Amino acid sequence: MANITREEVQKISKLAKLRLTEKEAELYQAQFSKILDSMAELRQLDTEDVPPTTSVLGLSNVLREDSPAPFGEAEDLLANAPEREGPYYKVRKVIE
Amino acid sequence: MNTTELSAAQIAAQVAAGAITAENVAGDHWARIEKVEPRLKAFVTLLKEPSLAQARAVDVKRAKGARLGRLAGVPVALKDNILLKGVETTCSSKILKGFRAPYDATVVERLKAEDAVFVGKTNLDEFAMGSSTENSAFFPTANPWDTDRVPGGSSGGSAAAVAAGCCPLALGSDTGGSIRQPAAFCGVVGLKPTYGLVSRYGLIAFASSLDQIGPFTRTVEDAALALAVFAGHDPRDSTSAAEPPARALKGLAGDVKGLRIGLPREYFIAGMDPEVEQSVRAAVELLKSLGATVRELSLPHTKYAVATYYLIAPSEASSNLARFDGIRYGFSQRQAQSLEEVYEASRGEGFGPEVKRRIMLGTYALSSGYYDAYYAKAQRVRTLIARDFAQAFKEVDVVAAPTTPTPPFRFGEKTGDPLAMYLSDIFTIPSNMAGNASLSVPCGLSRSGLPIGLQLIGPAFGEGTILRAARALEAAKPFAKIDEMRPSLAA
Repeated sequence: MANITREEVQKISKLAKLRLTEKEAELYQAQFSKILDSMAELRQLDTEDVPPTTSVLGLSNVLREDSPAPFGEAEDLLANAPEREGPYYKVRKVIE
Repeated sequence: MNTTELSAAQIAAQVAAGAITAENVAGDHWARIEKVEPRLKAFVTLLKEPSLAQARAVDVKRAKGARLGRLAGVPVALKDNILLKGVETTCSSKILKGFRAPYDATVVERLKAEDAVFVGKTNLDEFAMGSSTENSAFFPTANPWDTDRVPGGSSGGSAAAVAAGCCPLALGSDTGGSIRQPAAFCGVVGLKPTYGLVSRYGLIAFASSLDQIGPFTRTVEDAALALAVFAGHDPRDSTSAAEPPARALKGLAGDVKGLRIGLPREYFIAGMDPEVEQSVRAAVELLKSLGATVRELSLPHTKYAVATYYLIAPSEASSNLARFDGIRYGFSQRQAQSLEEVYEASRGEGFGPEVKRRIMLGTYALSSGYYDAYYAKAQRVRTLIARDFAQAFKEVDVVAAPTTPTPPFRFGEKTGDPLAMYLSDIFTIPSNMAGNASLSVPCGLSRSGLPIGLQLIGPAFGEGTILRAARALEAAKPFAKIDEMRPSLAA
């Protein structure tokens, strides 16, 4: 039985940068224990000698020439910013 | 003639021949959309004026004597997680409201090159996480066959739009069944191509090792046509397969004489709907009567697929969705004082409950101390699921199974229990795990008039074979016409 504590839920939400309401935290705590229980069945399987699948195509390290090229419409990208100043994204002050 | 009854292939051929104009085709489809959309709610964005302008441009191109593309004048809808330049792309999420796509997805570029016409962006479960469109932050979409029922998900808007005659072709994405399950629920053809066959560039990522773009159509021929347009290597997607698309389309022509079909024991389980089982078995018998051979087989790790999926997909999602930070696009909580607060408040308020649940699950499964027990374990079990298929395809050409365990369910039936909702993808998830070719084709109606889908699974790049089998079934047992659906959406 996976028992997820409220502290764990708070810790995960901090890692995920998600602000949860008290009600959400309570709901997720209850649901996670159930969901993780349903996943415990995987432990029945011996996978000691089974390699993990990261790519079904067997691809790895697909490389290309590192040749920089300007993106066509920088203004279209910046136009989506909630806050900007000229050609820059604006964020809250991070250095005192 | 009303062109909403035509297939994409028929429309393109008639537009190219000058029998109809693209503008007339668009006009017919707009009349249909405006009639059914108030009850259907398949679209989050409608592109009436731009699509009529696009259609007129196709007619001008023809008048000038230029060669027209393979989808000339064909009205197409895009799931709203696929980028169409200059048009809002929301993933049916509050966090992306107002986001205008700065470029075209590769599939969109390829559709434009074939003179397709874009009628709108369709509704989905927020960020493609769900099986009913009830997780859309805006509104749910109705099933055209019974508007009290869900169209399936996550690509429910695309499936409903094609089923209701709003367009003969719509694009969806399939991470754990999000094309095939709604196709089955709405009585249309839905194809999930082999992983890597269609570029993911311009598809907003959910779970990158599983996501694939594919078509919804009302004929098998149209699904093959759409795949021929989409497929092919794209250097902008590093997971794009190097294989030439011709390999996947091989074996499309011909009949099913000698085709070896396998029925996996694990897909006919206790508790599944008896009408679904009956209908699927009857369809397989029909293929047998046309010359296919049928044998039972075992895919022993099937029962672990759902748990494996709900570790891998949320893990990848928690990483992919980290880009929604309230800084570069979309919703931002302006009251936040610090940078940290901007992130936490924008994400906390911008994402809906299911998306947050999956980000949390994924973050947990990847966190220090749990990574090996959950994520790494799931990746190893994934290998076992893929090996089951590899073994099966030594003995058969196609695996046939139900697409879903039940016909479409009612609104609200599963929203209270995430686990019950997750189980509606039990038969579709294994193909995403293995990355192979898979489709759903209508195979009958339940006694209460609800569509049932047959799933045909082939090996990687086996699209030609599963499409050939689906076409044989379609020819022997024609699908219901749009106007046979009830209740009438016209009411």
